[in-house]
Amino acid sequence: MSAQSLGLPNLSPARLTLARFLRHRAAVASALVLVVLGLAAAAAPLVEAWLGVDANEVDLLAIFAPPSAANPLGTDELGRDELVRLLYGGRVSLVAGLATALISAVIGTVIGLLAGYYGGLLDRVLMRLTDSVISLPLLPLLIVLAAVDLAKLGLPHDLATSPEVSLYRIVVIISLVGWTTVARLVRGAALSLRERDFVLAAKSQGASGPRIMLRHILPNAISPIIVSTTLSVGNIILLESVLSFLGLGIQPPFASWGNMLTVAQEKIYEAPMLAVYPGLLIFATVIAFNFLGDGLQDALDPRAHDR
Amino acid sequence: MTRYVIGRLLESVLVLALMSFVIYALIALMPGDPIDIMVQSNPDLTPEDAARLKALYGLDKPIFERYWNWLTAATQGDFGYSRIHSRPVLEVMGPRLANTGLLMGLALLLSLAIALPVGIYSALRPYSASDYAINFVALAGISVPVFWLALMLIVVFAVTLNWLPAGGMETIGGSAEGLAWVLDRARYLVLPVIALSVASIGGLTRYVRAAMMEVMRQDYIRTARAKGASRARVMLRHALRNAMIPVVTILALSFGTLFSGALVTETMFSYLGMGKLIYDSIIGNDYNMALVSLMFATALVLASNLLADLCYAWLDPRVSYR
Repeated sequence: MSAQSLGLPNLSPARLTLARFLRHRAAVASALVLVVLGLAAAAAPLVEAWLGVDANEVDLLAIFAPPSAANPLGTDELGRDELVRLLYGGRVSLVAGLATALISAVIGTVIGLLAGYYGGLLDRVLMRLTDSVISLPLLPLLIVLAAVDLAKLGLPHDLATSPEVSLYRIVVIISLVGWTTVARLVRGAALSLRERDFVLAAKSQGASGPRIMLRHILPNAISPIIVSTTLSVGNIILLESVLSFLGLGIQPPFASWGNMLTVAQEKIYEAPMLAVYPGLLIFATVIAFNFLGDGLQDALDPRAHDR
Repeated sequence: MTRYVIGRLLESVLVLALMSFVIYALIALMPGDPIDIMVQSNPDLTPEDAARLKALYGLDKPIFERYWNWLTAATQGDFGYSRIHSRPVLEVMGPRLANTGLLMGLALLLSLAIALPVGIYSALRPYSASDYAINFVALAGISVPVFWLALMLIVVFAVTLNWLPAGGMETIGGSAEGLAWVLDRARYLVLPVIALSVASIGGLTRYVRAAMMEVMRQDYIRTARAKGASRARVMLRHALRNAMIPVVTILALSFGTLFSGALVTETMFSYLGMGKLIYDSIIGNDYNMALVSLMFATALVLASNLLADLCYAWLDPRVSYR
C-alpha cells in the first residue's frame, strides 16, 4: 500500500505504518479494550480501597450477595467481592499471558536465528525439533507437565505447592511449547536475509556471527515476530485459563479467570452470573489480542493486501 | 517418493520413541507412586514394608532401567492394569477410543459443512461488509474458551430450557434399542459436538478463505476465465480443486488441536472418551492408564501429521520431495 493510495503523501515509514494500523478499526478498538483492561487490572488495589473491601476477606454471612454499592458485581461463594477478584484475576491472566508470550518469542527467535543463519546440520536438527513439538498433542502434555510434583525435582515441599510457584510454573511450561511459530518465521526470514549484500558487507568487515544475527538480521525480521507474538498472547491466555480451570494452573487463593470458573461451575444453580463474568473477560481479552495481531499484520506487512 | 515416505515414517517413529520416554519420565515425576498410595490406605504398613515393596516392584531403580523394563513388557502386549478401573488398560481404552472417534468425527463433519461454503463465499467477496462480518464471527469462534462455551451451553440448553441433557453418554437405565437408542445417544452428543466444533469452524473458515483467495489470484484462473468458461465451472473445476489441497493438509494437521478440544469437551460433559480418560487418570494417580493413554494419543496425533505431509506430497505435484 503506497502513500499515494492512502491519500497521505510523503509520510515517514513509521507514520505510514500507524496510518495503516488506524484504518483497521477492529484492531484500534481492541487496543483500546486492552488498555482499559490493563489499567483496570493494574488499579485493582485502588478499586479495593475505594470500595472498602478486601479481595481475600471471607464473609460467610454475605455469600452470593446481589450487586450493591459496596459490591458492584455482588460477592462469590466465600462472600468476597466479585469485581475486585475479577480485577486481580485479570492481573494474573494478563501477566501470565504477556510473560509467556515474551519468553516464547525470545526462545523462538534464538532458535530461528541459529537455524536460519548457520543452516546445515544445525538447521536440520533444530527444525526437526520444532516440527516434532508442533506435532504433539498440546493440552494433554501440558496437563502432565502441570501435574509434575516439583518436590520430586528437589524443590522444598512448601515452595513446590505455593501459589506463586503455580504462576511461574504455568509461564515456564507454556513457554516450553509456545516458541515454535516464531522459530519457523525467524528461520525463514534469516534464511533469505543471510544471502543479502548488507550481510556480506558486514561479514567482510569482520563482524562475528552473533553480531550479524542480532544487528543485521534480527531488525529485518522483527515484523513477523511482533505479529505472531501478539497473536500468541490470546492462545496462551486460553491455555492458562483452561489449565487453571482444571485445577492444574494458578492455585487459590490467587484469583485467575480460569480458577474462578472452577468454583462458579459447582455453584452454577445458586449464582449463574459468577460463571458468566470471568468467561466473558477471557473471551474479550483473547479476541482483542487476535484482532490486534490482525491489525499489526496489515500495518507491518502491507504486501499481504497489495498482492 | 518412496524414499520420502520411508524417511518421514522413520522420523515419526523416532519422535514417538523419544516421546514415550519423556512421557514415562514425566509420569514418574507425578506426585506419589503406587506404593505411596498403598501405604496411605493401609496404616499397618511400616516404612520398611514400603521400601521392600518398592524394591519388589522395581520402583527404587533408576528411571532408564524402569523405562526399559516397561518397554520390554509393553512390546509383549503387557501394558499393565488400571488402578481406577481395575482392568487391563487396553481393555479400558478400546471403547473410549470409539467414543472419541465418534465425537471428533461428527465435529469435523459439522466444521466442514459450515466452514467450506462460508469460507468460499467470503473469499469471493473480499473486503466486503459480509466478508468482514464473517471474519469477525470466525475470530470470535477461535477466541472463545471451550470450557466456558460448554458451561454456557449447559446453562442455557440443559438447565434453563431443559431441551438437552447436561452430560453423560446415554439415558441411564434406558432400555431403548435400535433407532430409539441411536436417537437417545444423539441427544447426548448435540452439545458436546457444538462445543468442540465452534473453534474449528472459526479456524477452518479463515483458512478456506485464505486458500481460495490465493488460488483466485493464479494465472490459470485468469486463463480459464479468458477462454470463456462459465463462472461455476471456473469455481468448481479450477479454483476449488486447487484450494482444497492446503485445506486437506490443515485438516490432518489440526487433529492435535481438535484432540485438545475434545479433552476439555469430554471433561465438561462427562463424555467417556480418550480425553476424559487421560485427564481422570492423571488427576487420579492412575499411572499405567495415564502413561498408555497419553502415548496412544501422541501416536495418533503423530500419525495424522504424517498423513498430512503424505497427502500434501501426493495431491500437489509441484511439491518436490527428496
